Amino acid sequence: MSGFLSALPGAVSQGLIWGIMAIGVYITYKILDIADLTVDGSFCTGGAVFVMLFSSGVNLWAAMLAALLAGMLAGLVTGLLHTVCGIPAILSGILTQLALYSVNMAIMNFKASVALSITQGDTLNKLLVSLRFVQGSKGGYPLYRHPIFVVGLFTVALIAVLYWFFGRELGSALRATGSNPNMARAQGINTDFCKVLGLMISNGLVALSGALLCQYNGSNEINVGRGAIVIGLAAVIIGEVLLGKVFRNFALKLLSVSIGAILYYIVIQAVLQMKINPNYLKLLSAVVVAMFLTIPNWKSKYFHGQVKGPVKGANVRVEVEIGGDQDA
Amino acid sequence: MLEIKNIWKTFNANTVNEKVALRGVSLTLNDGDFVTVIGGNGAGKSTLMNAVAGVYPVDQGSITIDTVDVTKLPEHKRAPYIGRVFQDPMMGTAATMQIEENLALAARRGQTRGLKSGITKAEREEYRELLKILGLGLEDRLTAKVGLLSGGQRQALTLLMATLKKPKLLLLDEHTAALDPNTAAKVLETTETIVQRDHLTTLMITHNMRDAIAHGNRLIMMYEGRIAIDVSGEEKKKLTVESLLGMFSKVSGSTEADDKMLLS
Repeated sequence: MSGFLSALPGAVSQGLIWGIMAIGVYITYKILDIADLTVDGSFCTGGAVFVMLFSSGVNLWAAMLAALLAGMLAGLVTGLLHTVCGIPAILSGILTQLALYSVNMAIMNFKASVALSITQGDTLNKLLVSLRFVQGSKGGYPLYRHPIFVVGLFTVALIAVLYWFFGRELGSALRATGSNPNMARAQGINTDFCKVLGLMISNGLVALSGALLCQYNGSNEINVGRGAIVIGLAAVIIGEVLLGKVFRNFALKLLSVSIGAILYYIVIQAVLQMKINPNYLKLLSAVVVAMFLTIPNWKSKYFHGQVKGPVKGANVRVEVEIGGDQDA
Repeated sequence: MLEIKNIWKTFNANTVNEKVALRGVSLTLNDGDFVTVIGGNGAGKSTLMNAVAGVYPVDQGSITIDTVDVTKLPEHKRAPYIGRVFQDPMMGTAATMQIEENLALAARRGQTRGLKSGITKAEREEYRELLKILGLGLEDRLTAKVGLLSGGQRQALTLLMATLKKPKLLLLDEHTAALDPNTAAKVLETTETIVQRDHLTTLMITHNMRDAIAHGNRLIMMYEGRIAIDVSGEEKKKLTVESLLGMFSKVSGSTEADDKMLLS
């Protein structure tokens, strides 16, 4: 138990970082009504771009901006495959994700893992977040550098920007596109453009989260994003199930996604404490997410006497299965 | 205002399911015309309307709205000129968005959407006043999600959205067909009020012959992808269901009109 408690700050930090990715997933999955599998690849792209640029002496913020832009580019590719080439959204995401494996390898000079030289105190001090800051004052680092504080602040700022954007004309058009594309087109909204834009914003955030995790871990691995979509969905759904009734405001909904990601990582930490082989984690994650996705469907099917029309999450089961295949 | 010249549309061309839905339809609407369209299933009414709205391209012919040739424009680029209400009440509104947000989206129809506020305070007041016209109490529920509304309420809201920014052309695709008779009558009445008030050029498809006769200044009946009957002015005012059926039998050369056309 004490082991679990001492691991808690680390779990919360990781949850916050992945929470930013999950907010990206929320934008595609909940707002645009697209399950975008690009994230499994673009998450690693963010880390890869960051680690290479930062290692070569580029400014931290410039490297993070580059990671964000690289993620947006990945989203653009998926968006164009979907809208211009007419490939179903889910397949477009899978194609980009597959291609990104090679791209990410190329970015990382064909090494499966690239480390930041954090053994040099100088480099470490420049980083926004690091595993080593988690110990806080015990490790000799001030509390304001603690990842929970730094990423927490980062998340709040991000939510504020997104809240602002989705209240604008363009942001409203994006929401309308996801809610009812027929209506959106009838109101003169270019739904294809909105889908591409949404995918770009989403994958930009995902890559940004990848860049943060790369700093936190002190390295970027080629498989770091594997299963990211499942973690993202888990965070979205946990947040919705637990806080959906209380948090109605859009900003709070985004916050609940971040909280969902934190809870997910606390649960994972608890499982790890039980001395379970970590290789079973992905199986566990898939089962948990499948369960959370099933419950609302079964509830409406068996407890209200009738199935309601196409539920937003109804086509998700298929998508998660596909995600599982990728893992296998 | 609207000029349709010889448009053709074939679905599933060169397959066993080939269906020629429009066979050289030409139609000109003058400013302020209110035209009702009737015809049986598969006569081409909805295809005609969707072709004008740009849901799909036509194989041949041209469509001009107020001197702008829109034949090759995609759906969202025709939206500045056209207000639409669909048969399915679910289609015209965004269910997961609020009533005022839906109206704000409609108020920006045809404008470039940038980073200006999605809805302003002044707009909210304006919408509250406009919603009163519908007489459904929606003016007190501005922030309610549209998904909570009934079919009739959603259809009335869609009508308001379609006409919020005065369109050059209003397309009504059997917009009362999915409603119960009382609600349908109310929505139709609101339609008439708004069309008269704003002097809107309107094309309204209906399954109901009486409605088609009672509303508008011109009536067209479609049959097998063509305009079979076109009545307007004084002649239209004198129309009865019986005389219309008689005209149709003559045109189609059959008497099976009644059951085939599902008219009531």
